[in-house]
Amino acid sequence: MSLQHHPAVQCDGVAHRFGVKWALRGVSLAVQPGEIVALLGKNGSGKSTLIRAIATALRPTRGTVRVYGHDIRTEAGAVREISALVGHATGVYEDLTVTENLSFAVRMTGEDADAGRIQAVIEQVGLGHEAHSRARFLSAGQQRRIALARVLLRPVRLLLLDEPYTSFDDEGVARVNELVSDLRGRGGAAIIITHDFERARRVVDRTLRLDQGALVEPPPVLKVAHG
Amino acid sequence: MAERLWAREFARVRAVAWKDLATERRTRANFNAVVFFAALTLLLFGFALGADTDAVKAASAGVLWLTVLFSGVLVFNRSYQTELDTGALELLLLYPGERWAIFAGKFIANLAFVLLVEAVILPLAVVLYHMPLERAPWQIVGVMLLGTVGFVTLGTFYAAMASRVRAREVLLPLLLFPMLVPVLIASVQATAAFLSGDVMGDSRVWVRLLVVFDAIFLVAALLAFEHVIEG
Amino acid sequence: MTSTAARPSSGPPVPPPRRWLAATTLIFLVGTQIFSVVTSEPDRDMGNLEKILYIHVPCAWMAMCASLFVLIASVGYLWTRDEKYDFIAASAAEAGTLFTALTVILGSIWARPTWGTWWTWDARLTSTAVLLLIYLGYLALRAATDDPERRARWSAAVGILGAINAGIVYKSVVWWRTIHQIQSAPSTMGIMYTWGLRLNAIAMLLVLAYFITTRYRAMCLERAAAAMAEDAALGGRVTA
Repeated sequence: MSLQHHPAVQCDGVAHRFGVKWALRGVSLAVQPGEIVALLGKNGSGKSTLIRAIATALRPTRGTVRVYGHDIRTEAGAVREISALVGHATGVYEDLTVTENLSFAVRMTGEDADAGRIQAVIEQVGLGHEAHSRARFLSAGQQRRIALARVLLRPVRLLLLDEPYTSFDDEGVARVNELVSDLRGRGGAAIIITHDFERARRVVDRTLRLDQGALVEPPPVLKVAHG
Repeated sequence: MAERLWAREFARVRAVAWKDLATERRTRANFNAVVFFAALTLLLFGFALGADTDAVKAASAGVLWLTVLFSGVLVFNRSYQTELDTGALELLLLYPGERWAIFAGKFIANLAFVLLVEAVILPLAVVLYHMPLERAPWQIVGVMLLGTVGFVTLGTFYAAMASRVRAREVLLPLLLFPMLVPVLIASVQATAAFLSGDVMGDSRVWVRLLVVFDAIFLVAALLAFEHVIEG
Repeated sequence: MTSTAARPSSGPPVPPPRRWLAATTLIFLVGTQIFSVVTSEPDRDMGNLEKILYIHVPCAWMAMCASLFVLIASVGYLWTRDEKYDFIAASAAEAGTLFTALTVILGSIWARPTWGTWWTWDARLTSTAVLLLIYLGYLALRAATDDPERRARWSAAVGILGAINAGIVYKSVVWWRTIHQIQSAPSTMGIMYTWGLRLNAIAMLLVLAYFITTRYRAMCLERAAAAMAEDAALGGRVTA
C-alpha cells in the first residue's frame, strides 16, 4: 500500500451512453479530500449519471473513475465501503419502522445492529418520537431524514448527494449541511447536486457545471469561498 | 480472512431474508390473498374435473402441483415490489458485498412464504381430492420441498427481471413456466407414485431428477444473479 | 475541463451482405428437395409421408444447433460485454424460434395422417414444443426491455439458463413417456442413412447460417442508423 495521497475523486474522460444517447461526454475532474463541490446544471445535463457512476451504481461506457485511488471497475467493493450515495429516491422501506430501516442498513454492511447507536442517530436527525413508527406514516421530509441517518451510521470518506435539500425545512437543510461540514472536518469530500444553490453555498468550496454531458467553466460570479 | 467474508455475506443474506419476511408479516394481506387464491384454484379444478371421484383422485397430484404453481407465481414479483416502490433497489446494490447474498436472502424468504402456503393447501387438497397421504406422508412432504425449491429458485431469479418491465404479470409466467416443465413432471410423477404406494419404485428416478435440477439451477441462479439485478 | 471529441459510437461494424451465401443456400435447398423427392422410394410404413421427415428432422437439429449458438454467444457477452455477442445471440434465437416452430408444425402435419390426430404427446415433439416456449419467452423479454445494455445482459442470462434446461426438459419428457409407454413415433432410424436426409441437413445448416448472418447484419445496420440519427439531432457534435 503506497502512502501516496489520492484525490477523493478522479474522473478521466468519463463518457456514458444509454442506448445511443450520450448522457456524459468525456468528463474529467478531480475532487481533493476536504473539498465540497457543488455540481450544477440543467435537467438532463448528466449530473445524476455522473454521481451514480462515481458511486458504482453505474458502469460508465468509457473512461475511468477512481475514488481514493480505487478504480470503480475493478475495486467496486472497496469504493462502496468508503462512499455513500444519497439519491433522489429515499430508498426507505415503508412497512418497516424507522429503527428497522436503519437496523437493516447496518446489517447489510455485515455489521451487527447496535440498538444504542441506532437510537442515538435517530435522535440526531430529529426523529426520536417516530423511532417505532412505520415509514409509511411519515412525511416526505421525515423519510428523507431516515436516508440521512443511514449515512450517519456509516463513517464514509466520500458523500454523493443528489438534491439533498428536497422536502427539507430549514432544520433539515441545516442537518444536511452539518453532515457535510463534519465530513470535511474529518478529511472527507462530497459532491452535491442541487438546484437550490443558496442552501448549499454555505458549505460548498467550488462549483462545477455540466451542460449536455460535458463540463463547462462556470461564470466567475458563481465561484464561492466557504464561510 | 475468508471466513470473515463468508460470515459477512451470511449476515447480509439473513438481513435480506428478515427484511422481506418482516415486511410480509406486516401486510398479511398478501399471504391471505395467495392462500385464498390457491384454495379457490383447488375448488375450480374440482368443478372442472367433474363429479367422478375416481377421476378426481387420479388427477390429484397434478391438480395439487398446478395449484402451487399458479398461486406461488403471485409471490415472486411482489418480493421485488418493496424495493422498486421507493428506489431501494439501487441502494441495496450499493452496500459493500456480493450480489448473490441478495438472491439468497430473497430465495429464503420466498421459500418460507410458498412453503407456508403449501402447508395450508396440502391438507385442503387431501380432503377435497381424497388423497391417501398416509401411505407415504414424509416422502410426499419431501417431494413438495424439493419441487418447491426448484420453483422458488427460478421464480426469484426471473422475477428480478420481470418485475421491472411492462406486462410483468404475464411475462413472469411466460418466462418461468416452460422452464419448470421438468419440475412439474418430476414432482407430479413422484407424488402420484407415493400416493399409490410406489410399488415399482418409480419415484426414485423422479426424486433424483428433482435433486439434480435444484442443484444445477440454484448454482446457475446464484452465479447469474449479479447480471440481472443491476440497473 | 471538456474532453476532446472522438469518433461516433455506431455499434459493431456492419458486415458486408453475403450474396454468395444467399445464392448457394437457395440453389442447394431447391436442388436437395428435387434430389430427395426423386431418389427416395416411398417408405414401407409411411409412404410418401416419410418425406416430411427429411425436413422435420433437420429442422429439429437446427433448433438444437441454434440454442447452442445462443448459449455460446450469451456466455461471450457476459464475458466481454461486447455488443456484437448480444446481436449474435439474438439472431440465433430468432432463427432457432423459426426452426423450432417449423419442427413442431411439421411434426403435427406428420401426425395427422399417421395417428388421425393433430398432436401426439410424443417425447420429442413435446419437448420441442417446450423449447419453442422457452425461445418465445426469450424473445418476449427482449421485446419488453428498452435499454439495450440491460436487454443484452438479461437476454444473456435467460439464454444461458434456457439452453442448460433444454437437455433436462428433453430427458424428463422422454422418461415421462417411457414410464407410461405411450405410443411414440416409430424410429426414424430407417431414413437416417439416406442421402436425402444428409443433404437436407446441410441445406438446413446453410439456411440457418444465412438467417443468422442476415439478421446480425440487420441489427448492426439498425444500430448504426440510430447512432447517425442521434448525431444529426445533436447538430454534428460527436464523441466517443
